[in-house]
Amino acid sequence: MSTAVASAVAAEETDEPPRGVPAIRYFLSKLGGAAISMVMVILLGFFAFKLLPGDPVALMAKERPMSAAQMDQLRAQLGLNKPMIVQFWDYLGNVFTLNFGDSYVYKQSVASLIGEYFWNTILLTGTSAVIAIALGLWLGQRAAWKHGSWFDRITTGTALVFWSVPTFWLALLLLMIFGGSLHWFPTGGMMSPNPPPDALGKVLDVASHMVLPVITMVAVVYAQYLMVMRASLIEEMGEDYLTTARAKGLREDKVRTGHAVPNALLPTVTLVFMHIGGLIAGAVTIETVFSWPGLGKLTYEAISGPDLPLLQGTFVVFSAIIIVTNLLADLVYRLLDPRVRAA
Amino acid sequence: MTTTASAPVAHPGSARAMAWRRRRAAAGQFWSDFRRYPAGMTGLVVLAVIIILALLAPVLAPSRMLDVTQLLDSPRYAPPSLAHPFGTDDQGRELWVRMLWGSRVSLVVGFAATAMSMIIGTIIGIAAGHFTGWVGGLLMRIVDFFLVLPSLILAIVLSSVLSRGVMTIVIAIGLTSWAGTARVVRSQTLSVESRDYVERARVLGAGHWHIIVKHLLPAVMPLVLANTTLTVGSAIIAESTLSFLGLGDPSKQSWGTILKNSMDLSAATSGYWWYVLIPGLAILLVVLAFTLVGRVVETIVNPTLRNR
Repeated sequence: MSTAVASAVAAEETDEPPRGVPAIRYFLSKLGGAAISMVMVILLGFFAFKLLPGDPVALMAKERPMSAAQMDQLRAQLGLNKPMIVQFWDYLGNVFTLNFGDSYVYKQSVASLIGEYFWNTILLTGTSAVIAIALGLWLGQRAAWKHGSWFDRITTGTALVFWSVPTFWLALLLLMIFGGSLHWFPTGGMMSPNPPPDALGKVLDVASHMVLPVITMVAVVYAQYLMVMRASLIEEMGEDYLTTARAKGLREDKVRTGHAVPNALLPTVTLVFMHIGGLIAGAVTIETVFSWPGLGKLTYEAISGPDLPLLQGTFVVFSAIIIVTNLLADLVYRLLDPRVRAA
Repeated sequence: MTTTASAPVAHPGSARAMAWRRRRAAAGQFWSDFRRYPAGMTGLVVLAVIIILALLAPVLAPSRMLDVTQLLDSPRYAPPSLAHPFGTDDQGRELWVRMLWGSRVSLVVGFAATAMSMIIGTIIGIAAGHFTGWVGGLLMRIVDFFLVLPSLILAIVLSSVLSRGVMTIVIAIGLTSWAGTARVVRSQTLSVESRDYVERARVLGAGHWHIIVKHLLPAVMPLVLANTTLTVGSAIIAESTLSFLGLGDPSKQSWGTILKNSMDLSAATSGYWWYVLIPGLAILLVVLAFTLVGRVVETIVNPTLRNR
């Protein structure tokens, strides 16, 4: 199985960043790319919600009966009766002032809702990302160093299985086993109804609510990091400098940790950042299953509403998070890889 | 060797007959390569069984078995037993019947969305590799955009604004999952473009259309084929995720819809374990089967992966 797995992630890698370009040009071209992507997100955010053959008001009326007068009023309130170009202009102004209108379901502004839930998602995905990256890189370099061994087969095989599992189902399973049956961890939310008064108690309370969602997210995404690390370390393994290190009399562990791994980490770092999108996508279903009050849960509620202003808001914010982390990845790569910097 | 009756009469020595002979030999070679991988054969057998069961659904479990009005006497939430192999749900429906019917939606969406994604990916990939200059640059920007943004986020937006239905899910997945294919196809196109036979065709006056159809398309097809098998698996996961989020067709239930019902009824915390376990295991089984087959196909068409 391991033969095939290596290509799983390696096959979808992106082009190497251009080498030998002056810092300022490199920076500007990456910034420009990110800006273009953001413009596309903003355009998509408008056209998907305005031009596609679905009348949002009719869609809402299907869920909650309303009279023709109410529908007209709602259209006017949403600005749907203005000419398209005016609507677009309004929308642009709103995006840049982070004003996505009011949520139908929550009856408050989308911006304040997102502001309220944003950090919960960052807490959940950030913690998971740190654990998944550490676990994936550690297992990946171990597996690569002895590739073809039983350890390699088992770790890559397990990762592949976790990767094939639908995220939301893994979440449901963990919820069922550790929340529903064993009662080890709370089954949903971020805090108990009566949180302990002291600060330490509060932290522990939130932490116990985080355990299951974090385990789910780590299990689903660590495979990508494992595969990237494994593939790039295998690339390094035939290199002459490792023979030199061995010839110097270094122990095998030293050769691995002191020489091979630092070099293999270079291409890995960028890809690690690039896979952040997977974490964000996972957040939607994981937060839904565990009722974690984050942007993913908001997205789910926006779908069930249907609450289109809210959905538009979470879409733009999610996309912005991903585009910014990708930009950071490109910049970090340049800082880390002296070959890109030097020339 | 003459080809099918519908094809124009081909003489044994004609270019067309030779091309067919070559293709048939290649297909035979492919099959004998494929048979050497037990993992791929396992996946193929599993898929064949599931597809046959899905096709036989109306015979094995007539749709009246899902009619709630005829199930007033059947037990609710019965755990799996001899009488109820997969248990029953909150309305007394047999879970195995729902699974069987759900497999049709899951598989149809998986195949249709993949076909759409492959067609878009191949066209954009070839165009991005073949047309240099601003057209190629622009196309690559678009590909990068779709690569970076998770297709789930885009698919959620698309399927929320369109009317609910199986076709919407297919479009949402198909329109958002082609970027990986486009990238692979583009890099293969670039390497084929630099070969001498393409140069020769160009010197002889071949236009874009001729080069794309006669030279580029056949060269990228094996890669697209390998990609297709792998994409079906992820399309099935995408379908179940969208249905789970409530974006599916309410009248046609898929495996994802069954899992959504189980979440809405808090099956996970109420002890209805079969309601959660069985649909997920089915998805996992199908996805793993497609992955096994896809990996083997990939290994055969791309020999550089063999030693990895």
